[in-house]
Amino acid sequence: MESLEQIKIRLEAAVPGAKLEILPNESPSGQHSLLLDNAHAVALARFLRDDAQLRFDYCSNMTGVDWPDTEITSKVKVKKVIDGVEKEVDEVTKTARPGFLEGVYHLYSMAMKHGPLILRLRTGNRKDQVQLPSFTPVWRSCEFQEREVYDLFGVVFDGHPDLRRILMWDEFRDHPMRKDYSEPDDYEYEPTPHDDVLEKSKRHQAAKGTL
Amino acid sequence: MLGSGILKGLAETAKNFVGSYIDESGLTTIEYPDERQTLAENTRQFPFLVFDGDDAMKGLRCVSCQICEKECPPQCIFIVKSKDKKPDHVGKPQFYPATFDIDLSVCMSCQICVEVCPFEAIKMDTEFELSTSDRFGQLLLHKGQLAKPNSHFQEIHPTDAAVSDAALAADKAKAEAKAAADAKAKAEAGIPRPLASSPEAVTIPPALGPPNLPM
Amino acid sequence: MSVATESPAPRNYEVVPKTSPEGSELDGELLEVAMGPQHPSTHGVFRMDVVLDGETVVKLKPVFGYLHRNHEKIAENTSYLGSMPYTDRLDYFCSLTNNWAYALAVEKLAGLQVPERAEFIRVITAELTRLQNHTSVCGFLLQDMGALGTPLMYAFREREKILDLFESLTGARMMCNYMRFGGCRCDLPPGWLDRVRKIVGDFPQFLDSYEALLNTNEILLARTQGVGRLPRELAISAGVTGPMLRACGVDYDIRKVDHYGIYDRFEFRIPLGEQGDVYDRYMIRLLEIRESLKILQQALKEVPGGPIIDPKAKLRSFRPKVGEAYGRIEGPKGELGFYLISDGSPNPYRYRVRPPSLINLTILEDMCLGQSVADAVVTLGSVDIVLGEVDR
Repeated sequence: MESLEQIKIRLEAAVPGAKLEILPNESPSGQHSLLLDNAHAVALARFLRDDAQLRFDYCSNMTGVDWPDTEITSKVKVKKVIDGVEKEVDEVTKTARPGFLEGVYHLYSMAMKHGPLILRLRTGNRKDQVQLPSFTPVWRSCEFQEREVYDLFGVVFDGHPDLRRILMWDEFRDHPMRKDYSEPDDYEYEPTPHDDVLEKSKRHQAAKGTL
Repeated sequence: MLGSGILKGLAETAKNFVGSYIDESGLTTIEYPDERQTLAENTRQFPFLVFDGDDAMKGLRCVSCQICEKECPPQCIFIVKSKDKKPDHVGKPQFYPATFDIDLSVCMSCQICVEVCPFEAIKMDTEFELSTSDRFGQLLLHKGQLAKPNSHFQEIHPTDAAVSDAALAADKAKAEAKAAADAKAKAEAGIPRPLASSPEAVTIPPALGPPNLPM
Repeated sequence: MSVATESPAPRNYEVVPKTSPEGSELDGELLEVAMGPQHPSTHGVFRMDVVLDGETVVKLKPVFGYLHRNHEKIAENTSYLGSMPYTDRLDYFCSLTNNWAYALAVEKLAGLQVPERAEFIRVITAELTRLQNHTSVCGFLLQDMGALGTPLMYAFREREKILDLFESLTGARMMCNYMRFGGCRCDLPPGWLDRVRKIVGDFPQFLDSYEALLNTNEILLARTQGVGRLPRELAISAGVTGPMLRACGVDYDIRKVDHYGIYDRFEFRIPLGEQGDVYDRYMIRLLEIRESLKILQQALKEVPGGPIIDPKAKLRSFRPKVGEAYGRIEGPKGELGFYLISDGSPNPYRYRVRPPSLINLTILEDMCLGQSVADAVVTLGSVDIVLGEVDR
């Protein structure tokens, strides 16, 4: 398989205007990923599937990741003159990173037997810009998996033919896999050694006025 | 010929049927509970607490370190640590569990509590006939119901028990040697001083790394 | 292999075409039937909303989630080790392969090396799992076809022997919780390998009798051949994996492609089907059992001594470095993958299971349309789903 850099160059040549970024992965697995821009994502995916050398005809895994708003602290060694002496000081910079939802795709090629190529798509934020382009028209295997991400993360896939909840029931309101999800407290009464479930249930019943 | 495949299949079932009269291995079912199978030695059902000696409450090996409570995946263990201390098997004063409950309706028999316990205090039982008429109350086992003697452990898992007994005996020998050396040093120095507790008193399986006991 | 120009789109559910000619005596109203979630011939709590025109399926929507417990969320709130027993409960037929897939992903994430002896034990237990899964699935398929009892009980009789092996090794018959990051939990009990050799040696005899019982049975042939056909382009595009994919003639087995574990040391072949119908899926499973037996015979010859777990692997306070990893294995049902993101804390930041059963169901409707409702049941049986894994 070509290296990720080569694939990136070829993708940029094939789809003019596409913005791509390689996201490094520091773990021993060494599985780096490629961030696509949403506007050209489907065209890029088609190219990856149909290109004679790449032939990523099989989208194995599609999933979502929730990244809430966070503050990234980075330490940089800065040379500073303190009391006339030049010293190396750690300068801590804090940058606020707005949250987003991410779609991760693991592609393999059944024809060429290589892979994985990891693609990522990011939404604008976690509230009102949660649209991502759907890859279901490109790889049918995304159909249920994108429904699952819609159900559990609340990502809306544009172009998905049948976007409904899949694991939770239709009337369910929240998205359970989000990091800030708080579970409902209307539990069935089941005492546990800790009895926190029972406490929760009692609070809920009291609030509803049924107790 | 149409139907020959079906006849061939019927011959096969007939062979199995007749075979079950000739060959014992053809009869795979047994009439539980009148007949019972011997269980495999590694069989595990639900955890129990091991105690040494005759008195369950005195000899309990558990020192209430709460590692199992923290590591238990379904969170079915509930421990309250004691205020005072009692001597453990090497004579070192240790906390003991004032309350130790396991909710069997939640426990999933995964054995992780046994693996993480550095004190050989919790082991898996092979008792499986646990049906009760009260789903909540009677399946919540307390310290008294969970405590079982070491001889029970030796009986159900002889291989594991031998390993665990050897480890504990090694501890004890080490602690005694240390105590003897301390006593000798004390006699030589002639100054009374409190008995130092041995840092090696706790055996840690090598894969576990140092226990970060919340004490 | 031709490249699909466009993935076949799922159908528009608003317009359901009728199959009988208008005005004929067969022309009638469409009937909507909810098959399941408690129907005795569906697999677990699975529902198919079927719209029938007479007996012909014109629309089929799989509905699941009845067994959903958000395994992924539970795993994100527990330690890496704490998720291991939960993986047993995904596909409760094959807990050892589930353990392996998860352990493999964590080993990739943390860079652990598995000792040779543990690799052999993993291969042996995984192939035994495949044996018992495939035999039982063939039994279930026959059960769906109306062969109540006999084939399934014969399969269960053999499965029982393998489960006894698992019990004496791991302590549990189905919820094994045996593999650990960087190896296995405990060493083999004495005499265990001899027992495996005996069962592996006897298995071909059982297979011969099983095949004599069924393979030439005219009813089985009539009910399976040409039923539930799956075109290979659609199978590839829909990410179908495992015996279902190979029944369509696609040569893709992760044991051969990824060479995970030590599968490159064994000689075995990949059985491939031609038609992609239920009969091919049934036959592929029987043939795969024979190949698994070959692997087992080779592995049992040369189990080396030595440690069974990487000494670097920690049981408690295990914190992999920041990063992510995707590990996958060829489970009995298809590609079972685990995708993990670590943020350096003791709990995974993201834990994702790629369930083969769920993704193999994507094309259930495509396979069942235009068939009779009885064939839809058989087609579902040939997919080999376990709802613990579909719903997670």
